[in-house]
This record gives sequence, C-alpha cells and structure tokens, in this order.
Amino acid sequence: MTSRKTVLVLGGSSDIGRAAARAFAKAGYDVGLAGRDAAALEPDAADLRARYNIEASTLVFDVLDTASFDGFVAGLPALPDVVVSIIGLLGVQPNAESDLAHATTIMRSNYEGPSLILGLFAEKFLGRGNGTIVGVSSVAGDRGRASNYVYGSAKAGFSAFLSGLRARASRGGVHVVTVKPGFVRTKMTEGMKLIGPLTVDAPVVGDAILNAVEKKTDVVYVSGKWRLVMLIIKTLPEAVFKKLKF
Amino acid sequence: MTLVSGWGRFPVVDSEVLRPRSFEAVGEAVVTGSVARGNGRAYGDAAIGAVRTIGMTGFDRVRSFDSATGRIRLEAGVLLSDLIDTFGPRGFLPFVVPGTRFVSVGGAIAADVHGKNHHGEGGFGRYVDSILLRTGQGETIEISREQNSDAFFATVGGIGLTGIILEATMRLRPVETGWIRERVISAADLDAAMRALEAGDSATYSVAWIDCVARGNDLGRSLIYLGEHAAASELAEGADRFPVGKNPGLAVPIDLPSITLNRTSIRAFNELYYRMGARRAGGDHVVSLYPYFFPLDSIADWNRIYGRRGFLQHQCVIPERGARAVLADILDLVAKRGDASFLAVLKKLGHGDGLLSFPLPGYTLALDFPVKGDILNFLDEIDRLVVAAGGRLYLAKDARQSRATFEAGYPALARFNAIRKSLDPAQNIRSKLSQRLFDEV
Repeated sequence: MTSRKTVLVLGGSSDIGRAAARAFAKAGYDVGLAGRDAAALEPDAADLRARYNIEASTLVFDVLDTASFDGFVAGLPALPDVVVSIIGLLGVQPNAESDLAHATTIMRSNYEGPSLILGLFAEKFLGRGNGTIVGVSSVAGDRGRASNYVYGSAKAGFSAFLSGLRARASRGGVHVVTVKPGFVRTKMTEGMKLIGPLTVDAPVVGDAILNAVEKKTDVVYVSGKWRLVMLIIKTLPEAVFKKLKF
Repeated sequence: MTLVSGWGRFPVVDSEVLRPRSFEAVGEAVVTGSVARGNGRAYGDAAIGAVRTIGMTGFDRVRSFDSATGRIRLEAGVLLSDLIDTFGPRGFLPFVVPGTRFVSVGGAIAADVHGKNHHGEGGFGRYVDSILLRTGQGETIEISREQNSDAFFATVGGIGLTGIILEATMRLRPVETGWIRERVISAADLDAAMRALEAGDSATYSVAWIDCVARGNDLGRSLIYLGEHAAASELAEGADRFPVGKNPGLAVPIDLPSITLNRTSIRAFNELYYRMGARRAGGDHVVSLYPYFFPLDSIADWNRIYGRRGFLQHQCVIPERGARAVLADILDLVAKRGDASFLAVLKKLGHGDGLLSFPLPGYTLALDFPVKGDILNFLDEIDRLVVAAGGRLYLAKDARQSRATFEAGYPALARFNAIRKSLDPAQNIRSKLSQRLFDEV
C-alpha cells in the first residue's frame, strides 16, 4: 500500500485533464485517469509514471451513461482523496437550437452527468469524513449569452449544484471547488477567436486546480481578470445586455 | 491560409497550419508541401511548410524514463524547458541545450542544435539513440546509427526534410545540481578572445559575447564565459540543489519602433555590458543554469525589440585554419555598419554528426540585424567572405542565403538529397526553406 494521496481525473484525455493530472502527479499524488476510451489514456498514464515516478492507472468512464455510475464508484480499487471532473462539451449552439438531440447531449454532458457523479462521490466522501471534489465549470455559466446559452445554461446548473453541494458537504469535512477557467487554448477552442490577454494555456488551469485543492479555495477564476469581467457582465441590466452583440 | 513566420519574423508567408492530435492524424495531414514545426524558434523559413505546416507541440508525452541510466523515450513535441523542469530536480539534464530552452525535441534533432559544449561534447544529435520517423511516402520507421543509418544521419540536422519526427530515444546527463560554476574572462580584442576560447577548450562550456560595434584596437573585444556543472558541495549553505526556472516575466509588449535600436543606444548598451562583465572577471562563481544557458529567455517575446519588420540572424562557421583573418574582416564590416545589435556570439565548434549538421571544427559567429535598408545586400557581402573561407551558414537561422552560398557550404548535400529522395520520392515534405535552397524549380 502506498501512503501517497490519490486523485481521480474524470475527463482525463482533455487538455485540461492532462494538465491537471500532471500538476497533481508533480505534487506527488497517484493518479487515476478516467475517460470513454481507457486504452487511449494509457500513453498519458505512462507519461505521468515516467515523469514523476508515481502510480497512474486508467479507467473507463462515460458521463452520458449515468446508469453505470454506481458500479463505477463501487468498482474503484480505493476511494480517491480528490476527484476532479473536467468533463464538458461545447457543442455547436446553432445546431443545438434546432436539433434537440444535440442540445440534450450538451446539457447532459455539462450538467447532468458531472453533477450526478460528483454527488455520488460526495456521499462516499461524507461517509469517510474527508475528501475534495473539483468541478470545472465555466464563466459561460455566469450569464446566458446569445452565442452559447445551451452550453452556458448547463454550466450554470453545474455551478449551482456545486455551490449547494459545497454548503452541505463542508459541514461533513468535504471540500468542493468550483473552477471557472475562462478562455483556454485547447482542442475545444481550436479555431475560435479568443481574446489574448484573457486566454491561458491548459497547464495554468492544471496548476490552478491543484492550488485550489491545497488551499481549500471555493471558487476559482483561473485568470483574475475574469472575475472582474464577469462581475461587470453579471451586473449589466437585462435591457442593456440583450442589445449587446456578445 | 494563415500568415506564418519564424522567430525572426521574416519572412512572413502563407501556409496552412494544422495541429493533429494523433500520429495517424499526422500521416493524414501530410500533403505535397508539408513540413513539421515544433515551437517556432527557428528564425527563418525552415519550419514553415510550402503548403501546410504541421504543428507538433501537442505531442508532449514522455514514454519512458530509466532513472538509472538517464535514457528517455519521448514524443517530439516535448520542449527542452519541460525536460529541464521535470528531470532536472531528479538529477538529469539534456546533454546539449541551445541558447533558448523553448525548443522542441523534434526541432532540436532536425537542426542538430549545438550548445556551449559543442567543442568537446558535440551536438544534440550525438545523444539521440533512435528516432521514430514518418517519411514523406507514408512509412513510419525506427532509425538509429545501426538501423536505417542513412536515414538517421540525414534526419539529424536534416532540417525536417526527411520526414516528420514523431518520437525519439535519447540520453540525459546525470548532474548533481542545477547550478553552473562560471568563470568570466575579459578579452580586449579578437586575438585575445580567440586565445581565451582556445584555452577554454578543456572547459565543458565556453562562449564569448562580442561587442560588435567596437572598432579599431577594440575590434572583437569580448567577455568569455566558461562553465562547469557545479557539485552539490560547491553550493552555498542552504541553497536548493535545483533552482526554479521562472517563466518569462518581463515581456516586450509591443513592437518597438526601429529608432530604438541605433548606433548610440547599441554602443551605450555594449559599453555597459562589457564593463559590468569585466568587473566580474577572474574568480569562479556559481550561477543558476537558467541565466547561464538561456540569457534571453527571461524576456518574453524579445524578438519584438527589432520592430514590426523583424530581424535576421546571420550565423556562420569558419574553419579553424585562417579563421582569425576572416572573422576580423567580418567584424570590421559589421562595426563600420554599426546596426548589428547588442552582442554577437562567438564560440568554437567541433565536428557535426548529421549530413547537414551545421557545425564544423572552427569558429561560429552569430549576429542579429534588423530588417531594413540594404541589409540583404550587406549580408550577401559577408556570405562571400564565408564561402571563400570554406564556411557555411546555419539553416535553422537562415531566411535569405542564396543557393550558391548554401551549396558551397554543405559538401554532403548530394548524398543528403539522394537519401531524401529514397525516403520521399514524390518530395511531399517541402518547406519554404527547401523551396528556396533545395528543390528543383
């Protein structure tokens, strides 16, 4: 048995997932990487082992298959100290406006699945009396925008879930972190127009997640500038906001 | 299409940029006129595809590492900065690092980059045992000194033209600390500088920073930096064995107007730099590896100092015999011109390993020039001196040399071309540089 702490990364193949896994492994955690295709995660697990001399494993997890969640958690070799959900799907807003299936997938990937699985871990952690839960949400959940409100509304739901869970779980020794990365240069945002000064690279988000876990921060805007930007956007009157091209 | 340029920001050309996420996707991305690109630190047009540029920095996984031997297998997009930060604290560093740590392993192999230890320890390729190469005709092959050795020696220093480097196995250097024991020697002129580098042959690391606006009796005055890896016992009490490499903090936020760099400002900077260095000359002191190896990395985007139109780096190597006179002639031309910026770098090189590896036994001089006025003609003039002396220019930094200069400098070119053709009969792999210097028009 190892005495090292363990982190489980749900969505381990995403750029932010890989970055978070590296940040935790560098800090000495053993890492579990979970995703739909466990074999595809093996090179990343090997990378963590080679770099940081820690243990890394891969697990199959599909956020849309909620029926499998109980079995997934029960099947873990050990309950991790930290669980991080990086899972999200940006989708294509114009398609989601007319294609109910696509809209449903976006909503379920960003809200239903992540909330249910983290809720399940919260129960286990509360039973044990400790643990940290990290949900990667989005600044897009702070206010619905014409250009991505299907995604944004699901993230808003996820943020609200995390905030409520935090209030409840903190009394039982379990900490919940909400991460709002803002613009990140990743596969998901490739080809999009991002605003340079507000955009960060995935490793910055990975480090921010580790930092928030270790310092027990509640809500993290990865770039401090976003807190201000979103404060302004949240306080704009609806009459003004709806006229903005944004 | 996207406008792309190298680190020197000249030339700026059209090329479609793709960033595949799997080796299969790399293969699918190759069309006629493709070349791989690492972190974009090649100065000119070497890492810009004639039609399509294939960005490789997403491939940044370490496959395996043996902490007993320092042997490592990794993907080509891993940056040297990442290797240093990850394995430095575990007691291993790359054997060879160039003047910036923000280069990819694939790029370092393709350029067979040299460091301050080339005179004694050779180039980056010497520590590469094998390479996984995706050739232009679509095969993925493992190449090494023993297996497909022709392809191996064409790929080391082959400036990306043998195919796309996917992975490599290499050796890292065991070190006790991340500190360098440095000695600074001040040299009053070119003769003294060359003598000091000669005497520094036994040092692991040696390099000279030349004041290239100094003229007359001061021509070639410089500071020579010798270095050795510091042992743990040489560190100050309480010092960390491995210093932290800070990310570049201070950035150059905008393109400076070209007026900023002028004869007066450069002269003033160089005078100050020389005097401050000369004051430190003499005894040994221990410095962090970061400022020792990568003095410019602490300023992000320093290439913007040269203004919107960019700059050219001219790096030549002159064979040892007769080098003194040729270097003096070049420095004299440069000093008279007066706008070569800041400090030039002079160092001794040894044998190169790859067919197109830049180094040959002699002296290399690297100079930066802002792109303006008649600079292209001026550099052609310097090239004539280089060619006459049997020297050559560094392809990873080149953006403008002529075919004649290139062909005169690289006698193994015919052999390289034959190997390239056997790996890629249709010549799918083509860069802007290869179109300029290699390919039949």
